[in-house]
Amino acid sequence: MSFTVAKGETVGIVGESGSGKSVTALAIMGILHPAARVTSGRAVFGGLDLVAASESQRREYRGRELSMIFQNPRAALNPIRTVGRQICDVLLRHANLPRVQVRPRAMELLARVQIPDAARRFDAYPFELSGGMCQRVMIALAIACAPALIVADEPTTGLDVTTQAGILDLLDELRRTTRTATIVITHDLGLAAERCDRIVVMHAGHVVETAPAHRLFTHPRHPYTARLIASTPRPGAKLTELTPITGAVPDLRGALPVCRYRSRCDRGTDACDEAPLPRIAVDDGHVVACRFPALT
Amino acid sequence: MNADTRAPLLDVRALTKYFPLRGTTARVHAVDDVTFAIARGESVGLVGESGCGKSTLVKLIARVLDPTDGRIYFDGADVGTIPAERFARVPARARIQMVFQDPADSLNPRFTAFDTIADPLRRLGTAPTGQSLRTRVAEVAELVGLPRALLGRYPHQLSGGQQQRVGIGRAIALRPSLLILDEPTSALDVSVQAVILHLLADLRERLGMAYLFVSHDLNVVRMVTERVLVMYLGRIVESGPAAAIFDAAAHPYTRALVPAIPVLGSARHRERVRLSGEPRSPVDPSPTTCRFFGRCPDGFERCEREMPVLAHITDDHEAACFAARR
Ligand SMILES: Nc1ncnc2c1ncn2[C@@H]1O[C@H](COP(=O)(O)OP(=O)(O)OP(=O)(O)O)[C@@H](O)[C@H]1O
Ligand SMILES: [Mg+2]
Repeated sequence: MSFTVAKGETVGIVGESGSGKSVTALAIMGILHPAARVTSGRAVFGGLDLVAASESQRREYRGRELSMIFQNPRAALNPIRTVGRQICDVLLRHANLPRVQVRPRAMELLARVQIPDAARRFDAYPFELSGGMCQRVMIALAIACAPALIVADEPTTGLDVTTQAGILDLLDELRRTTRTATIVITHDLGLAAERCDRIVVMHAGHVVETAPAHRLFTHPRHPYTARLIASTPRPGAKLTELTPITGAVPDLRGALPVCRYRSRCDRGTDACDEAPLPRIAVDDGHVVACRFPALT
Repeated sequence: MNADTRAPLLDVRALTKYFPLRGTTARVHAVDDVTFAIARGESVGLVGESGCGKSTLVKLIARVLDPTDGRIYFDGADVGTIPAERFARVPARARIQMVFQDPADSLNPRFTAFDTIADPLRRLGTAPTGQSLRTRVAEVAELVGLPRALLGRYPHQLSGGQQQRVGIGRAIALRPSLLILDEPTSALDVSVQAVILHLLADLRERLGMAYLFVSHDLNVVRMVTERVLVMYLGRIVESGPAAAIFDAAAHPYTRALVPAIPVLGSARHRERVRLSGEPRSPVDPSPTTCRFFGRCPDGFERCEREMPVLAHITDDHEAACFAARR
């Protein structure tokens, strides 16, 4: 799979679980499980190939230039260290701040992610905060050093919509003021629609469609994208209108068909089994990996 | 079963939970003076800002946490006074069950799907061993749509959706009359979420359970609940039929919440109301100031010197606000 993110751009990666969204992010961050290996390809960041880089080069980048917001905040935070200390730790390691400014700066970060009465929650342990509060602490950690690229894996699933809007505004402000590039991995298509410039749709490890955000949701061309949209709850919709995607992501361990959506697709023909998988530019910046793009 | 079927299934009165703020004498008011009821078979949604006390409230009701004050009547019996650690062994335990957000976190990694579903049956059920246990587990697996072949698997060998089916199976094994669901689908992707929501609706119909459904996804809440409670900083600020909450909200907090729902296909950065101002602290908040004061677009001086309480807008719609829209 290939995609690029420019300075100040927000790209959304959407798809079901098992489609490879999180693995892509972890590969970029160079923190894949030791058993996993990036077999080929590059992730070039400001000129440095992160896949080829040494672990120490990558460590230098992570936290300062690159930061990640994880999917499961409770697991990503240290359970036996107060949240305030954890933010101070990051600032001490990467921020180059005079020591006396570390604590006030950490406090300010907690307030920026909308933890009410931040000063008095500074010494709380993660278990003493709600799920969404832990998520916001992690966001504070991720933005502590004004990174050049933030990879956010489901950054706001545990947040109510008003807090979510506030946090996304904050990320947006970073994008505008420090030209931070953001990769948002999400299955919340509504969020992706409102907050991303461009969307990359993944299925079973392939990019099946990529388009400017608004266009993707108004004119989806890959049948999988259309199914994803139909399985998303809309305001006022009834449960009966909600249709799950039939079939399952194919087992990635075996031999795979040319089009990995083939077994789930109701429009496939024998021509779909012919390699290579086409990548058709249907519009400006809109590419679809389907031999028979849907008409919309 | 209690004889009086007109009495609510769950009746919560002035329920309160304070957590000590470590190293101080101050307390976090996580749940403060909450009163509401759930009828038999009713599906009720619970929504509100992150950190407002939803999980604490449902943990009090599921009796895994002890209240600081207030009462919890379940089927007419006062269950709030039974200490949480003892509650695990009383018969009422079987009738209030809970499904958690992250199936991976809430399942025991050393239990197979069979063991997880069998666990409550062994502990509290009437079919604790042998063939009758196997039959019951198979029935439950069937109900939640878990293929029998998967019963021998451990959580890490199951997909997220399958794990959540196991979690739901464990919760319904004893045929509870109240199922509490704390963000049951937020760790799942949209397609699996759709499957699980259909499953939950189907189970409610077949088993006649009442649901207390906590979620940040307001579109989902609207799909699966009949009535909605809105919480703000420890208190219920609005309660009413789902349609009234979504189309004719009375409380200013709810009126800010509903339009904030992201919409597919809408223009990027669409303009909408933002809540401005500092949220009030949950640490020893003033008992005589509305918790929303300071962020409320409609606040006035009375809101600072008097705490509004729930008052009727219509028969079944209440809001705690001096400026509530009628
Ligand atoms: N064990 C605890 N010790 C101290 N404070 C706690 C504890 N558990 C919860 N709290 C506090 O109680 C308040 C309510 O938390 P709760 O988890 O109930 O919120 P929530 O509404 O479920 O939030 P979310 O939507 O983020 O899950 C928060 O201020 C939280 O920090
Ligand atoms: Mg919660």
